[in-house]
Amino acid sequence: MSVLSAIRSGDVAQLPGKRDEDWRWTDLRGLIRQAPPPSPASEAELPPAPFGPAPAELAFVNGRPLAGSTYEAAGDAVVALRFVSASEGTSHAAEARIVVPAGARLTVLESYEHAAGGYLAVAQVEFVVAPGASLERIVLCDDDAEGVSVSEATVVLSPGGRFAQTLVTSGARRQRLETRLLHPGGHAEVRLDGVYLLGGKRHADLTTVVEHTGVDGVTAQLTKGVVRDQARGVFQGRIIVAEGADRTDARMGHHALILSDRAEVDAKPELEIYADDVACAHGNTVGALDDEALFYARQRGIPEAEARALLTEAFVGEVVERIEHEAARELVRGWVAERLRV
Amino acid sequence: MLKVQDLQAAVDGKEILKGLSLEVPAGEVHAVMGPNGAGKSTLSYVLTGRDGYEVTGGSASLDGEDLLALAPDERAARGVFLSFQYPLEIPGVPALTFIRTALNAQRKARGEDEISAPAFLKLAREKSAALKMDFEMLKRGLNVGFSGGEKKRMEILQMAMFSPRFLILDETDSGLDIDALRIVSEGVNALRSPERSMLVITHYQRLLDYITPDRVHVLAGGRIVASGGPELAHELEREGYDRYARAA
Repeated sequence: MSVLSAIRSGDVAQLPGKRDEDWRWTDLRGLIRQAPPPSPASEAELPPAPFGPAPAELAFVNGRPLAGSTYEAAGDAVVALRFVSASEGTSHAAEARIVVPAGARLTVLESYEHAAGGYLAVAQVEFVVAPGASLERIVLCDDDAEGVSVSEATVVLSPGGRFAQTLVTSGARRQRLETRLLHPGGHAEVRLDGVYLLGGKRHADLTTVVEHTGVDGVTAQLTKGVVRDQARGVFQGRIIVAEGADRTDARMGHHALILSDRAEVDAKPELEIYADDVACAHGNTVGALDDEALFYARQRGIPEAEARALLTEAFVGEVVERIEHEAARELVRGWVAERLRV
Repeated sequence: MLKVQDLQAAVDGKEILKGLSLEVPAGEVHAVMGPNGAGKSTLSYVLTGRDGYEVTGGSASLDGEDLLALAPDERAARGVFLSFQYPLEIPGVPALTFIRTALNAQRKARGEDEISAPAFLKLAREKSAALKMDFEMLKRGLNVGFSGGEKKRMEILQMAMFSPRFLILDETDSGLDIDALRIVSEGVNALRSPERSMLVITHYQRLLDYITPDRVHVLAGGRIVASGGPELAHELEREGYDRYARAA
Protein backbone atom coordinates (compact mmCIF):
# COMPACT_ATOMS: atom_id res chain seq x y z
CA MET A 1 0.00 0.00 0.00
CA SER A 2 1.47 3.29 -1.05
CA VAL A 3 0.72 6.52 -2.80
CA LEU A 4 2.46 5.19 -5.88
CA SER A 5 0.39 2.02 -6.09
CA ALA A 6 -2.80 3.97 -5.38
CA ILE A 7 -2.11 6.27 -8.32
CA ARG A 8 -0.98 3.46 -10.64
CA SER A 9 -4.05 1.35 -9.84
CA GLY A 10 -6.59 4.14 -9.35
CA ASP A 11 -7.57 2.44 -6.09
CA VAL A 12 -7.95 5.13 -3.41
CA ALA A 13 -8.21 2.47 -0.70
CA GLN A 14 -4.47 2.02 -1.11
CA LEU A 15 -3.75 5.61 -0.06
CA PRO A 16 -2.24 5.98 3.41
CA GLY A 17 -4.42 7.70 5.98
CA LYS A 18 -4.73 8.64 9.62
CA ARG A 19 -4.93 5.01 10.74
CA ASP A 20 -1.38 4.52 9.52
CA GLU A 21 0.88 5.66 12.35
CA ASP A 22 3.38 7.26 9.97
CA TRP A 23 0.64 9.22 8.17
CA ARG A 24 -1.68 10.15 11.00
CA TRP A 25 -1.13 13.88 10.50
CA THR A 26 -1.23 13.66 6.71
CA ASP A 27 -4.43 11.86 5.95
CA LEU A 28 -4.67 11.23 2.21
CA ARG A 29 -7.29 8.50 2.29
CA GLY A 30 -9.74 10.70 4.17
CA LEU A 31 -9.11 13.57 1.76
CA ILE A 32 -9.28 11.81 -1.59
CA ARG A 33 -12.57 9.94 -2.02
CA GLN A 34 -12.26 9.34 -5.70
CA ALA A 35 -9.17 8.71 -7.76
CA PRO A 36 -8.43 11.61 -10.10
CA PRO A 37 -8.10 10.44 -13.73
CA PRO A 38 -4.58 9.73 -14.96
CA SER A 39 -2.76 12.80 -16.24
CA PRO A 40 -2.45 13.06 -20.01
CA ALA A 41 0.82 13.60 -21.80
CA SER A 42 1.38 17.33 -21.84
CA GLU A 43 2.45 19.22 -24.92
CA ALA A 44 2.92 22.44 -22.98
CA GLU A 45 6.33 24.00 -23.00
CA LEU A 46 8.39 23.66 -19.82
CA PRO A 47 8.47 26.80 -17.71
CA PRO A 48 11.91 28.22 -16.91
CA ALA A 49 13.69 26.13 -14.27
CA PRO A 50 13.31 27.65 -10.76
CA PHE A 51 17.05 27.29 -10.11
CA GLY A 52 17.94 28.61 -13.56
CA PRO A 53 19.53 26.63 -16.39
CA ALA A 54 21.64 23.66 -15.26
CA PRO A 55 24.31 21.74 -17.24
CA ALA A 56 22.12 18.63 -17.08
CA GLU A 57 18.41 18.24 -16.56
CA LEU A 58 16.01 15.42 -15.75
CA ALA A 59 12.50 16.73 -16.17
CA PHE A 60 9.19 14.96 -15.64
CA VAL A 61 5.93 16.46 -16.82
CA ASN A 62 2.81 14.80 -15.49
CA GLY A 63 5.03 11.96 -14.33
CA ARG A 64 6.54 11.34 -17.77
CA PRO A 65 10.28 11.75 -18.24
CA LEU A 66 11.18 14.10 -21.09
CA ALA A 67 14.61 12.54 -21.55
CA GLY A 68 15.39 9.57 -19.36
CA SER A 69 14.79 9.00 -15.69
CA THR A 70 18.25 8.17 -14.41
CA TYR A 71 21.35 10.27 -14.09
CA GLU A 72 24.86 9.25 -13.24
CA ALA A 73 27.30 11.94 -12.19
CA ALA A 74 30.90 12.18 -13.38
CA GLY A 75 33.47 14.38 -11.69
CA ASP A 76 31.96 17.60 -10.32
CA ALA A 77 28.42 17.81 -11.64
CA VAL A 78 25.15 19.71 -11.25
CA VAL A 79 21.81 18.32 -12.35
CA ALA A 80 18.35 19.85 -12.29
CA LEU A 81 15.65 17.37 -11.30
CA ARG A 82 12.22 18.76 -12.11
CA PHE A 83 8.74 17.46 -11.44
CA VAL A 84 6.06 19.49 -13.17
CA SER A 85 2.33 19.00 -12.69
CA ALA A 86 0.72 20.43 -15.81
CA SER A 87 -2.91 19.23 -15.83
CA GLU A 88 -5.87 20.23 -13.70
CA GLY A 89 -7.37 17.63 -11.37
CA THR A 90 -5.45 14.60 -12.61
CA SER A 91 -2.96 12.20 -11.08
CA HIS A 92 0.50 10.98 -12.00
CA ALA A 93 3.59 9.30 -10.63
CA ALA A 94 7.26 9.74 -11.49
CA GLU A 95 10.27 7.61 -10.66
CA ALA A 96 13.87 8.75 -10.91
CA ARG A 97 17.27 7.42 -9.97
CA ILE A 98 20.42 9.41 -9.30
CA VAL A 99 23.81 7.75 -8.92
CA VAL A 100 27.00 9.35 -7.67
CA PRO A 101 29.96 7.03 -8.33
CA ALA A 102 33.07 6.84 -6.15
CA GLY A 103 34.95 10.11 -6.01
CA ALA A 104 32.27 12.14 -7.82
CA ARG A 105 30.50 15.20 -6.39
CA LEU A 106 26.98 16.08 -7.41
CA THR A 107 24.59 18.93 -6.68
CA VAL A 108 20.94 18.11 -7.32
CA LEU A 109 18.66 21.11 -7.82
CA GLU A 110 15.26 19.52 -7.41
CA SER A 111 12.01 21.35 -7.94
CA TYR A 112 8.31 20.63 -7.64
CA GLU A 113 6.47 22.92 -10.03
CA HIS A 114 2.95 23.34 -11.24
CA ALA A 115 1.19 24.77 -14.27
CA ALA A 116 -2.24 23.67 -13.04
CA GLY A 117 -3.99 22.94 -9.75
CA GLY A 118 -5.89 20.20 -7.96
CA TYR A 119 -3.53 17.41 -8.98
CA LEU A 120 -2.42 14.33 -7.09
CA ALA A 121 1.26 13.69 -7.73
CA VAL A 122 3.92 11.42 -6.38
CA ALA A 123 7.61 11.36 -7.15
CA GLN A 124 9.91 8.60 -6.00
CA VAL A 125 13.60 9.25 -6.21
CA GLU A 126 16.42 6.92 -5.32
CA PHE A 127 19.83 8.38 -4.56
CA VAL A 128 22.85 6.10 -4.55
CA VAL A 129 26.04 7.56 -3.12
CA ALA A 130 29.18 5.43 -3.59
CA PRO A 131 32.15 5.32 -1.19
CA GLY A 132 33.91 8.67 -1.08
CA ALA A 133 31.19 10.30 -3.22
CA SER A 134 29.31 13.42 -2.20
CA LEU A 135 25.80 14.63 -2.98
CA GLU A 136 24.05 17.85 -2.04
CA ARG A 137 20.32 17.90 -2.71
CA ILE A 138 18.42 21.17 -2.62
CA VAL A 139 14.67 20.88 -3.05
CA LEU A 140 12.32 23.74 -3.76
CA CYS A 141 8.62 22.85 -3.56
CA ASP A 142 6.30 25.34 -5.15
CA ASP A 143 3.05 23.43 -5.25
CA ASP A 144 -0.45 24.68 -5.95
CA ALA A 145 -2.60 25.50 -2.91
CA GLU A 146 -5.10 22.85 -4.13
CA GLY A 147 -2.51 20.25 -5.12
CA VAL A 148 -1.71 17.04 -3.28
CA SER A 149 1.93 16.22 -3.63
CA VAL A 150 4.11 13.46 -2.24
CA SER A 151 7.86 13.16 -2.63
CA GLU A 152 9.51 9.96 -1.45
CA ALA A 153 13.29 9.85 -1.48
CA THR A 154 15.39 6.90 -0.50
CA VAL A 155 19.09 7.36 0.00
CA VAL A 156 21.61 4.56 -0.05
CA LEU A 157 24.84 5.91 1.33
CA SER A 158 28.22 4.19 1.39
CA PRO A 159 30.99 4.41 3.98
CA GLY A 160 33.06 7.55 3.51
CA GLY A 161 30.26 9.11 1.45
CA ARG A 162 28.41 12.31 2.11
CA PHE A 163 24.76 13.25 1.66
CA ALA A 164 23.39 16.70 2.46
CA GLN A 165 19.92 17.98 1.75
CA THR A 166 17.80 21.07 2.27
CA LEU A 167 14.06 20.88 1.65
CA VAL A 168 12.35 24.21 1.17
CA THR A 169 8.59 24.27 0.84
CA SER A 170 5.51 26.46 0.94
CA GLY A 171 3.25 23.41 1.28
CA ALA A 172 0.17 22.38 -0.67
CA ARG A 173 -3.35 21.26 0.16
CA ARG A 174 -1.59 18.17 1.47
CA GLN A 175 2.09 17.68 0.97
CA ARG A 176 4.46 15.04 2.22
CA LEU A 177 8.23 15.20 1.76
CA GLU A 178 9.75 11.99 2.94
CA THR A 179 13.40 11.00 3.13
CA ARG A 180 14.55 7.54 4.13
CA LEU A 181 18.24 7.06 4.51
CA LEU A 182 20.35 4.03 5.22
CA HIS A 183 23.46 5.19 7.03
CA PRO A 184 26.37 2.75 6.89
CA GLY A 185 28.61 4.67 9.29
CA GLY A 186 32.27 4.35 8.34
CA HIS A 187 32.72 8.12 8.59
CA ALA A 188 29.89 8.76 6.18
CA GLU A 189 28.27 12.14 6.88
CA VAL A 190 24.67 13.20 6.58
CA ARG A 191 23.01 16.59 6.84
CA LEU A 192 19.21 16.69 6.60
CA ASP A 193 17.71 20.16 6.73
CA GLY A 194 14.32 21.62 6.01
CA VAL A 195 12.41 24.89 5.89
CA TYR A 196 8.64 25.16 5.69
CA LEU A 197 6.80 28.45 5.28
CA LEU A 198 3.07 27.89 5.31
CA GLY A 199 0.13 30.24 4.96
CA GLY A 200 -3.55 29.99 4.09
CA LYS A 201 -4.77 26.44 4.57
CA ARG A 202 -1.57 24.85 3.36
CA HIS A 203 -0.06 21.74 4.83
CA ALA A 204 3.45 20.33 4.70
CA ASP A 205 4.78 17.17 6.28
CA LEU A 206 8.54 16.69 6.50
CA THR A 207 9.26 13.12 7.48
CA THR A 208 12.71 11.62 7.74
CA VAL A 209 13.94 8.22 8.80
CA VAL A 210 17.67 7.64 9.25
CA GLU A 211 18.96 4.22 10.18
CA HIS A 212 22.51 4.02 11.42
CA THR A 213 23.79 0.50 10.86
CA GLY A 214 27.58 0.85 11.20
CA VAL A 215 30.12 2.46 13.51
CA ASP A 216 31.32 6.06 13.13
CA GLY A 217 28.36 7.65 11.41
CA VAL A 218 27.42 11.33 11.62
CA THR A 219 23.96 12.83 11.12
CA ALA A 220 23.10 16.50 11.65
CA GLN A 221 19.51 17.53 11.15
CA LEU A 222 17.93 20.97 11.40
CA THR A 223 14.40 21.87 10.34
CA LYS A 224 12.67 25.19 10.88
CA GLY A 225 9.13 26.18 10.10
CA VAL A 226 6.91 29.23 10.07
CA VAL A 227 3.15 28.77 9.98
CA ARG A 228 0.42 31.38 9.85
CA ASP A 229 -3.31 31.62 9.07
CA GLN A 230 -4.80 28.11 9.28
CA ALA A 231 -1.74 26.31 7.98
CA ARG A 232 -0.37 23.12 9.45
CA GLY A 233 3.21 21.95 9.62
CA VAL A 234 4.22 18.40 10.43
CA PHE A 235 7.68 17.23 11.35
CA GLN A 236 8.44 13.59 11.96
CA GLY A 237 12.08 12.80 12.43
CA ARG A 238 13.26 9.37 13.37
CA ILE A 239 16.83 8.33 13.92
CA ILE A 240 17.52 4.68 14.62
CA VAL A 241 20.92 3.60 15.87
CA ALA A 242 21.17 -0.15 15.43
CA GLU A 243 22.93 -2.44 17.83
CA GLY A 244 26.68 -2.19 17.26
CA ALA A 245 26.51 1.17 15.46
CA ASP A 246 28.82 2.63 18.07
CA ARG A 247 30.34 6.09 17.99
CA THR A 248 27.33 7.35 16.07
CA ASP A 249 26.94 11.12 16.35
CA ALA A 250 23.36 12.15 15.58
CA ARG A 251 21.75 15.51 16.30
CA MET A 252 18.24 16.52 15.42
CA GLY A 253 16.65 19.93 15.80
CA HIS A 254 13.17 21.10 14.86
CA HIS A 255 11.99 24.60 15.66
CA ALA A 256 8.79 26.28 14.54
CA LEU A 257 7.18 29.67 14.83
CA ILE A 258 3.41 29.82 14.99
CA LEU A 259 2.25 33.26 13.90
CA SER A 260 -1.50 32.89 14.33
CA ASP A 261 -3.94 31.26 16.73
CA ARG A 262 -5.37 28.89 14.17
CA ALA A 263 -2.11 27.63 12.74
CA GLU A 264 -0.77 24.30 13.95
CA VAL A 265 2.47 22.40 14.17
CA ASP A 266 2.72 18.70 14.98
CA ALA A 267 6.16 17.35 15.74
CA LYS A 268 7.42 13.91 16.54
CA PRO A 269 11.17 13.66 17.00
CA GLU A 270 12.25 10.14 17.81
CA LEU A 271 15.60 8.66 18.70
CA GLU A 272 15.72 4.88 18.90
CA ILE A 273 19.08 3.83 20.20
CA TYR A 274 20.18 0.23 20.47
CA ALA A 275 23.94 0.87 20.60
CA ASP A 276 25.86 1.72 23.78
CA ASP A 277 28.49 4.24 22.83
CA VAL A 278 26.72 7.06 20.98
CA ALA A 279 26.30 10.84 21.09
CA CYS A 280 22.71 11.61 20.20
CA ALA A 281 20.53 14.59 21.00
CA HIS A 282 17.34 16.20 19.83
CA GLY A 283 15.74 19.57 20.45
CA ASN A 284 12.24 20.63 19.55
CA THR A 285 10.62 24.02 20.14
CA VAL A 286 7.35 25.50 18.95
CA GLY A 287 6.44 29.05 19.86
CA ALA A 288 5.79 32.63 18.88
CA LEU A 289 8.22 35.39 17.97
CA ASP A 290 10.14 36.70 20.94
CA ASP A 291 8.28 39.79 22.22
CA GLU A 292 11.42 41.26 23.69
CA ALA A 293 13.34 41.04 20.43
CA LEU A 294 10.36 42.53 18.63
CA PHE A 295 10.22 45.49 21.02
CA TYR A 296 13.98 45.94 20.76
CA ALA A 297 13.78 46.21 16.97
CA ARG A 298 10.82 48.60 17.16
CA GLN A 299 12.57 50.77 19.73
CA ARG A 300 15.34 51.18 17.17
CA GLY A 301 12.83 52.47 14.66
CA ILE A 302 11.83 49.39 12.68
CA PRO A 303 8.03 49.30 12.16
CA GLU A 304 6.25 46.24 13.52
CA ALA A 305 5.55 44.41 10.26
CA GLU A 306 9.12 44.89 9.08
CA ALA A 307 10.50 43.86 12.46
CA ARG A 308 8.45 40.66 12.37
CA ALA A 309 9.67 39.86 8.86
CA LEU A 310 13.28 40.57 9.84
CA LEU A 311 13.14 38.31 12.88
CA THR A 312 11.30 35.55 11.03
CA GLU A 313 13.78 35.66 8.17
CA ALA A 314 16.63 35.46 10.65
CA PHE A 315 14.94 32.48 12.29
CA VAL A 316 14.86 30.39 9.10
CA GLY A 317 18.07 31.99 7.82
CA GLU A 318 20.09 29.67 10.01
CA VAL A 319 18.97 26.73 7.86
CA VAL A 320 19.32 28.55 4.55
CA GLU A 321 22.92 29.50 5.38
CA ARG A 322 23.81 25.81 5.56
CA ILE A 323 23.17 25.33 1.84
CA GLU A 324 26.58 24.85 0.28
CA HIS A 325 25.82 25.57 -3.39
CA GLU A 326 26.17 29.33 -3.49
CA ALA A 327 23.77 30.20 -6.31
CA ALA A 328 21.10 27.91 -4.85
CA ARG A 329 21.59 29.46 -1.41
CA GLU A 330 21.07 32.95 -2.82
CA LEU A 331 18.01 31.82 -4.73
CA VAL A 332 16.49 30.15 -1.67
CA ARG A 333 17.25 33.20 0.46
CA GLY A 334 15.31 35.38 -1.98
CA TRP A 335 12.48 32.86 -2.22
CA VAL A 336 12.15 32.78 1.58
CA ALA A 337 12.28 36.59 1.92
CA GLU A 338 9.57 36.99 -0.70
CA ARG A 339 7.25 34.63 1.16
CA LEU A 340 7.82 36.18 4.57
CA ARG A 341 7.31 39.79 3.53
CA VAL A 342 3.59 39.54 2.95
CA MET B 1 12.63 68.77 25.66
CA LEU B 2 11.04 65.99 27.79
CA LYS B 3 8.09 66.85 29.96
CA VAL B 4 6.43 64.20 32.10
CA GLN B 5 3.43 65.19 34.18
CA ASP B 6 1.66 63.14 36.80
CA LEU B 7 2.39 59.93 34.88
CA GLN B 8 0.63 56.83 36.10
CA ALA B 9 1.24 53.40 34.66
CA ALA B 10 0.38 49.82 35.47
CA VAL B 11 1.83 46.43 34.58
CA ASP B 12 -0.50 43.43 34.77
CA GLY B 13 -3.04 45.64 36.51
CA LYS B 14 -0.56 46.63 39.23
CA GLU B 15 0.11 50.34 39.47
CA ILE B 16 3.87 51.00 39.32
CA LEU B 17 4.14 54.70 38.43
CA LYS B 18 1.94 56.74 40.72
CA GLY B 19 2.03 60.31 39.50
CA LEU B 20 5.57 60.83 38.27
CA SER B 21 6.57 64.32 37.13
CA LEU B 22 9.87 65.22 35.54
CA GLU B 23 11.29 67.80 33.16
CA VAL B 24 14.53 67.48 31.24
CA PRO B 25 15.41 70.68 29.34
CA ALA B 26 17.38 70.52 26.07
CA GLY B 27 21.11 69.96 26.55
CA GLU B 28 20.81 68.61 30.09
CA VAL B 29 21.65 65.23 31.56
CA HIS B 30 19.38 64.08 34.37
CA ALA B 31 19.88 61.04 36.53
CA VAL B 32 17.03 59.04 37.99
CA MET B 33 18.13 56.98 40.95
CA GLY B 34 16.11 54.71 43.11
CA PRO B 35 15.90 51.43 44.94
CA ASN B 36 14.96 48.18 43.23
CA GLY B 37 11.28 48.03 42.44
CA ALA B 38 10.83 51.80 42.50
CA GLY B 39 9.68 51.84 38.87
CA LYS B 40 12.92 52.82 37.09
CA SER B 41 12.65 50.29 34.28
CA THR B 42 8.92 50.87 34.04
CA LEU B 43 9.61 54.55 33.40
CA SER B 44 11.98 53.73 30.53
CA TYR B 45 9.51 51.26 29.00
CA VAL B 46 6.54 53.61 29.33
CA LEU B 47 8.49 56.40 27.64
CA THR B 48 9.39 54.07 24.77
CA GLY B 49 5.99 52.41 24.41
CA ARG B 50 6.56 48.79 25.27
CA ASP B 51 3.48 46.53 25.12
CA GLY B 52 2.14 45.56 28.52
CA TYR B 53 3.00 48.89 30.14
CA GLU B 54 -0.35 50.54 30.37
CA VAL B 55 -0.55 54.28 30.92
CA THR B 56 -3.47 54.99 33.24
CA GLY B 57 -3.03 58.74 33.65
CA GLY B 58 -0.85 61.77 33.11
CA SER B 59 1.20 62.77 30.09
CA ALA B 60 4.64 62.63 28.52
CA SER B 61 5.74 64.86 25.68
CA LEU B 62 8.89 65.51 23.70
CA ASP B 63 9.23 69.10 22.48
CA GLY B 64 5.49 69.48 22.92
CA GLU B 65 4.52 66.36 20.99
CA ASP B 66 2.53 63.69 22.87
CA LEU B 67 4.83 60.67 23.07
CA LEU B 68 2.27 58.30 24.53
CA ALA B 69 0.13 58.36 21.38
CA LEU B 70 2.98 57.09 19.22
CA ALA B 71 4.12 53.55 18.39
CA PRO B 72 7.59 52.56 19.63
CA ASP B 73 9.12 52.90 16.15
CA GLU B 74 7.50 56.32 15.67
CA ARG B 75 9.04 57.49 18.93
CA ALA B 76 12.41 56.18 17.74
CA ALA B 77 12.06 58.09 14.48
CA ARG B 78 11.44 61.26 16.51
CA GLY B 79 14.70 60.71 18.32
CA VAL B 80 13.89 58.69 21.43
CA PHE B 81 16.55 56.07 22.11
CA LEU B 82 16.57 53.57 24.95
CA SER B 83 19.84 51.87 25.80
CA PHE B 84 18.68 48.53 27.21
CA GLN B 85 19.86 47.14 30.50
CA TYR B 86 20.04 43.75 28.82
CA PRO B 87 20.50 44.25 25.07
CA LEU B 88 18.89 41.49 23.03
CA GLU B 89 20.74 38.89 21.01
CA ILE B 90 19.33 38.50 17.52
CA PRO B 91 20.89 35.47 15.80
CA GLY B 92 20.85 35.56 12.02
CA VAL B 93 20.72 39.35 11.73
CA PRO B 94 24.23 40.80 11.37
CA ALA B 95 24.67 43.91 13.51
CA LEU B 96 25.38 46.02 10.41
CA THR B 97 22.18 44.84 8.73
CA PHE B 98 20.15 45.56 11.84
CA ILE B 99 21.57 49.06 12.29
CA ARG B 100 21.18 49.97 8.61
CA THR B 101 17.59 48.66 8.55
CA ALA B 102 16.77 50.70 11.66
CA LEU B 103 18.53 53.84 10.47
CA ASN B 104 16.78 53.74 7.11
CA ALA B 105 13.41 53.05 8.73
CA GLN B 106 13.90 56.11 10.94
CA ARG B 107 14.95 58.24 7.98
CA LYS B 108 12.01 57.03 5.93
CA ALA B 109 9.61 57.86 8.77
CA ARG B 110 11.06 61.38 8.85
CA GLY B 111 10.69 61.73 5.08
CA GLU B 112 14.44 61.59 4.46
CA ASP B 113 16.29 59.61 1.80
CA GLU B 114 17.90 56.30 2.70
CA ILE B 115 21.58 56.44 3.51
CA SER B 116 23.78 55.05 0.72
CA ALA B 117 25.69 51.83 1.40
CA PRO B 118 29.16 53.45 1.16
CA ALA B 119 28.12 56.37 3.40
CA PHE B 120 26.68 53.93 5.92
CA LEU B 121 29.81 51.77 6.02
CA LYS B 122 32.03 54.82 6.40
CA LEU B 123 29.94 56.04 9.33
CA ALA B 124 29.91 52.60 10.95
CA ARG B 125 33.69 52.27 10.64
CA GLU B 126 34.24 55.70 12.13
CA LYS B 127 31.89 55.29 15.06
CA SER B 128 32.96 51.75 15.92
CA ALA B 129 36.64 52.76 15.84
CA ALA B 130 35.88 55.56 18.32
CA LEU B 131 34.39 52.92 20.64
CA LYS B 132 37.40 50.65 20.11
CA MET B 133 35.18 47.95 18.62
CA ASP B 134 36.41 45.29 16.22
CA PHE B 135 34.61 46.04 12.95
CA GLU B 136 34.43 42.31 12.17
CA MET B 137 32.07 41.92 15.14
CA LEU B 138 29.53 44.04 13.30
CA LYS B 139 29.27 41.39 10.61
CA ARG B 140 28.13 38.75 13.07
CA GLY B 141 24.65 38.19 14.50
CA LEU B 142 23.65 41.17 16.66
CA ASN B 143 25.08 40.71 20.16
CA VAL B 144 25.35 36.94 19.67
CA GLY B 145 28.15 35.62 21.86
CA PHE B 146 29.09 39.15 22.98
CA SER B 147 30.23 39.89 26.53
CA GLY B 148 28.22 42.29 28.70
CA GLY B 149 30.67 45.08 27.89
CA GLU B 150 30.53 44.41 24.16
CA LYS B 151 26.74 44.50 24.21
CA LYS B 152 26.72 47.88 25.94
CA ARG B 153 29.24 49.19 23.43
CA MET B 154 26.92 48.01 20.67
CA GLU B 155 24.16 50.08 22.27
CA ILE B 156 26.36 53.15 22.36
CA LEU B 157 27.39 52.53 18.74
CA GLN B 158 23.73 52.54 17.71
CA MET B 159 23.22 55.75 19.64
CA ALA B 160 26.12 57.32 17.81
CA MET B 161 24.82 56.10 14.44
CA PHE B 162 21.20 57.22 14.94
CA SER B 163 22.07 60.53 16.57
CA PRO B 164 18.88 60.62 18.66
CA ARG B 165 17.60 63.73 20.46
CA PHE B 166 16.58 62.11 23.69
CA LEU B 167 18.54 59.26 25.25
CA ILE B 168 17.44 56.97 28.04
CA LEU B 169 20.20 54.89 29.57
CA ASP B 170 18.71 52.08 31.62
CA GLU B 171 21.27 50.70 34.10
CA THR B 172 23.99 51.10 31.50
CA ASP B 173 26.71 50.34 34.04
CA SER B 174 25.36 46.92 35.03
CA GLY B 175 27.76 44.14 34.14
CA LEU B 176 30.60 46.46 33.14
CA ASP B 177 34.15 46.36 34.46
CA ILE B 178 36.01 49.63 34.98
CA ASP B 179 37.62 49.68 31.51
CA ALA B 180 34.35 48.98 29.72
CA LEU B 181 32.60 51.54 31.91
CA ARG B 182 35.14 54.17 30.91
CA ILE B 183 34.81 53.45 27.18
CA VAL B 184 31.02 53.40 27.35
CA SER B 185 30.92 56.63 29.36
CA GLU B 186 33.26 58.37 26.96
CA GLY B 187 30.97 57.30 24.16
CA VAL B 188 27.97 58.75 25.95
CA ASN B 189 29.80 61.97 26.90
CA ALA B 190 30.83 62.46 23.27
CA LEU B 191 27.12 62.68 22.47
CA ARG B 192 26.40 65.47 24.95
CA SER B 193 25.29 68.55 23.08
CA PRO B 194 23.02 71.58 23.54
CA GLU B 195 20.35 69.93 21.33
CA ARG B 196 20.36 66.58 23.08
CA SER B 197 19.06 65.49 26.47
CA MET B 198 19.68 62.36 28.46
CA LEU B 199 17.96 60.46 31.22
CA VAL B 200 20.41 58.22 33.06
CA ILE B 201 18.62 55.58 35.09
CA THR B 202 20.78 53.89 37.66
CA HIS B 203 20.76 52.21 41.01
CA TYR B 204 24.35 53.09 41.87
CA GLN B 205 26.19 56.36 41.90
CA ARG B 206 29.26 54.80 40.22
CA LEU B 207 28.14 55.58 36.66
CA LEU B 208 27.60 59.23 37.58
CA ASP B 209 31.32 59.59 38.34
CA TYR B 210 31.79 59.15 34.61
CA ILE B 211 28.66 60.78 33.25
CA THR B 212 28.14 63.85 35.39
CA PRO B 213 24.47 64.78 35.58
CA ASP B 214 23.08 68.31 35.75
CA ARG B 215 20.28 67.13 38.01
CA VAL B 216 19.58 64.04 40.11
CA HIS B 217 16.07 62.76 40.89
CA VAL B 218 15.15 60.13 43.42
CA LEU B 219 12.45 57.72 42.26
CA ALA B 220 10.73 55.80 45.04
CA GLY B 221 7.30 54.23 45.19
CA GLY B 222 6.50 55.27 41.63
CA ARG B 223 7.09 59.01 42.10
CA ILE B 224 9.98 61.47 42.11
CA VAL B 225 10.39 62.18 45.81
CA ALA B 226 13.47 64.41 45.77
CA SER B 227 15.55 66.34 43.24
CA GLY B 228 18.89 68.09 43.52
CA GLY B 229 22.31 68.64 42.02
CA PRO B 230 25.02 66.00 41.48
CA GLU B 231 25.76 66.02 45.21
CA LEU B 232 22.46 64.24 45.82
CA ALA B 233 23.91 61.12 44.17
CA HIS B 234 26.79 61.08 46.65
CA GLU B 235 24.41 61.51 49.52
CA LEU B 236 22.38 58.51 48.31
CA GLU B 237 25.55 56.47 47.98
CA ARG B 238 26.45 57.27 51.63
CA GLU B 239 23.06 57.00 53.24
CA GLY B 240 21.12 54.63 51.02
CA TYR B 241 17.49 54.85 49.91
CA ASP B 242 15.85 54.00 53.24
CA ARG B 243 14.82 57.53 54.04
CA TYR B 244 13.11 57.92 50.64
CA ALA B 245 11.58 54.49 50.60
CA ARG B 246 9.86 55.39 53.86
CA ALA B 247 8.78 58.75 52.50
CA ALA B 248 7.21 57.02 49.51
